[in-house]
Amino acid sequence: MSAPKFKNPIVRWIDYRLPVFTFMQHELHEYPTPKNLNYWWNFGSLAGIVLVIMITTGIVLAMHYTPHTAFAFDSIERIMRDVNYGWLIRYVHMNGGSAFFIVVYIHIFRGMYFGSYKSPRELLWILGVVILICMMATAFLGYVLPWGQMSFWGATVITSLFSAIPVIGDWIVTLLWGGFSIDNPTLNRFFSLHYLMPFVLVGVIVLHIVALHQHGSSNPIGIDTKGPQDQLPFHPYYTVKDLFGLGVFLVLFFFFVFFAPNFFGEPDNYIEANPLQTPPHIVPEWYFLPFYAILRAFTADAFIYWPISWLMSAKLAGVLAMFGSIMVLFVLPWLDWSPVRSARYRPLYKQFFWLLFIDCFVLGWVGANAPEGHFVIIGQVATAYYFGHFIVILPLLSLFEKTRPVPTSISEPVLGGGGVTAGATAKPREKA
Amino acid sequence: MASSADTAATGEQDQEEGGARRDFLILTAGVFGAVGVGAAIWPLVDQMNPAADTLAASTTEVNLEPIKVGQRVLIKWRGKPVFITRRSKISIDDARAVKLSDLVDRQSDEDRARNPEWLILVGVCTHLGCIPAGTKTGELRGEYGGWFCPCHGSHYDTSGRIRKGPAPKNLEVPDYAFLPGNKVIIGKSQAEIDKNKSKVAG
Repeated sequence: MSAPKFKNPIVRWIDYRLPVFTFMQHELHEYPTPKNLNYWWNFGSLAGIVLVIMITTGIVLAMHYTPHTAFAFDSIERIMRDVNYGWLIRYVHMNGGSAFFIVVYIHIFRGMYFGSYKSPRELLWILGVVILICMMATAFLGYVLPWGQMSFWGATVITSLFSAIPVIGDWIVTLLWGGFSIDNPTLNRFFSLHYLMPFVLVGVIVLHIVALHQHGSSNPIGIDTKGPQDQLPFHPYYTVKDLFGLGVFLVLFFFFVFFAPNFFGEPDNYIEANPLQTPPHIVPEWYFLPFYAILRAFTADAFIYWPISWLMSAKLAGVLAMFGSIMVLFVLPWLDWSPVRSARYRPLYKQFFWLLFIDCFVLGWVGANAPEGHFVIIGQVATAYYFGHFIVILPLLSLFEKTRPVPTSISEPVLGGGGVTAGATAKPREKA
Repeated sequence: MASSADTAATGEQDQEEGGARRDFLILTAGVFGAVGVGAAIWPLVDQMNPAADTLAASTTEVNLEPIKVGQRVLIKWRGKPVFITRRSKISIDDARAVKLSDLVDRQSDEDRARNPEWLILVGVCTHLGCIPAGTKTGELRGEYGGWFCPCHGSHYDTSGRIRKGPAPKNLEVPDYAFLPGNKVIIGKSQAEIDKNKSKVAG
């Protein structure tokens, strides 16, 4: 593709030396996108915008926040009461964290449903999992900063996970803490890393987008585009669609910011951290609940623990399972090698997809409740099913599932005819 | 975008799928978007302004009782130095004898010190923000017996007015008001205090 001609001479002068405008023209304007993308394909760009909102509000909050155990809690209260619009900026940042996870979880489930992780997009998917891990680290570090009770005890629990590692576990925990408990050195480094991580995230996202643009978006049908008749330029067709989705998102988002800003939060975090008292019921933020349930599922008497009980303690098994629940996503493209991407043409996979979806909510529900009574066994079954889906069901489906015939072209399901000729008539109308 | 004549034509007879409606939509959407972006950016800018607690701490009260005639004291107000001088008769006469036409920044001493005995100045050189010397005993006071800025050599007189050197303006006189009990409040004018009083009374 030759460099596009720009009318503006200054643009031309710059572009000749530094082809940023050509780059934007190619990647944001002409970038050929399958013409059948539905609204589930909005969530990638939406996640990018949420990240921008988070970085902007975060930089602003850092101007007023004091990362010291004696001042952190009060500095947050000062932001809420005294700093001009501090309440708004903090509530946007707080709810932005939750919104980020909602958007990204939908993005991930979309990828699973439509088989977006399959060849040639395995690395794109893997980079996405790296992004998820970075996000989780960032969210965890950020949640500690207000230095409330949940901040403190959440940090204690999560850092103590590393004590499950044999031999060097305790040494690692001391290293993370910079002392013998969560204290001022911990808060300082968490603040530093919380500020760093979003920029790491930006770097990985750039790679994610490079990998995406190499082969272009997948699509709801899950077959490759066969040429220009199957594609639309990204601008204005998908910029407008993304913009509309953004509008809907912002309405919902600001409903929470203005009318229910603490909906996703825990009231206990408005009590200053007290290292001598654990709150009666500690829970992580909602987006960690399923993982928390997996962690707690491994008790000494759990049926999912006894096959490995000769190998490790239940504590270590829980920690490994929790990390493993994300790690398993890395190998997803090789656990599911069915040549059909989209669940639309995989009747069995579609049902198992929704079972996994429900299973994640069950895990979240278990994670939100105290580990007592029937929650214990439900959590263990749900955990077993989660891993069973990836390790047993997906390979079996890849082997035995009878898939439905996929259309020969993107246009076919709509027009009922051959792709090439029908696509020509579906060419976007000239502007009036 | 269509010309205004075009707009008028299609506006009257709504027959063709004209540019008018599309122009209107693009324009209103654009304006709406611009207002939204502005509304989003303003809080991010305004948060850098002084916060409510900073503003609340923006006045300082000083007890004038221990300050003797001829003495200069340095106090801190809004993080800046303020010079409070109880001037001697000679200093006052010096300041008031100067012809306005001899000054760089023409201001009479009567305007700068309503109570001639008390001169209250923000101790920040109007050139580039250093603290002029002359408040503490033994410091240089410059050629006019007031203050002398060591950074770039600005000379101020006994009314704190610039007389020589690169500074463009006289030392600033902050808002202040004398309070009962021989005190002064800096950061609030007499007018503001009267206004608050009438509010409480009303």
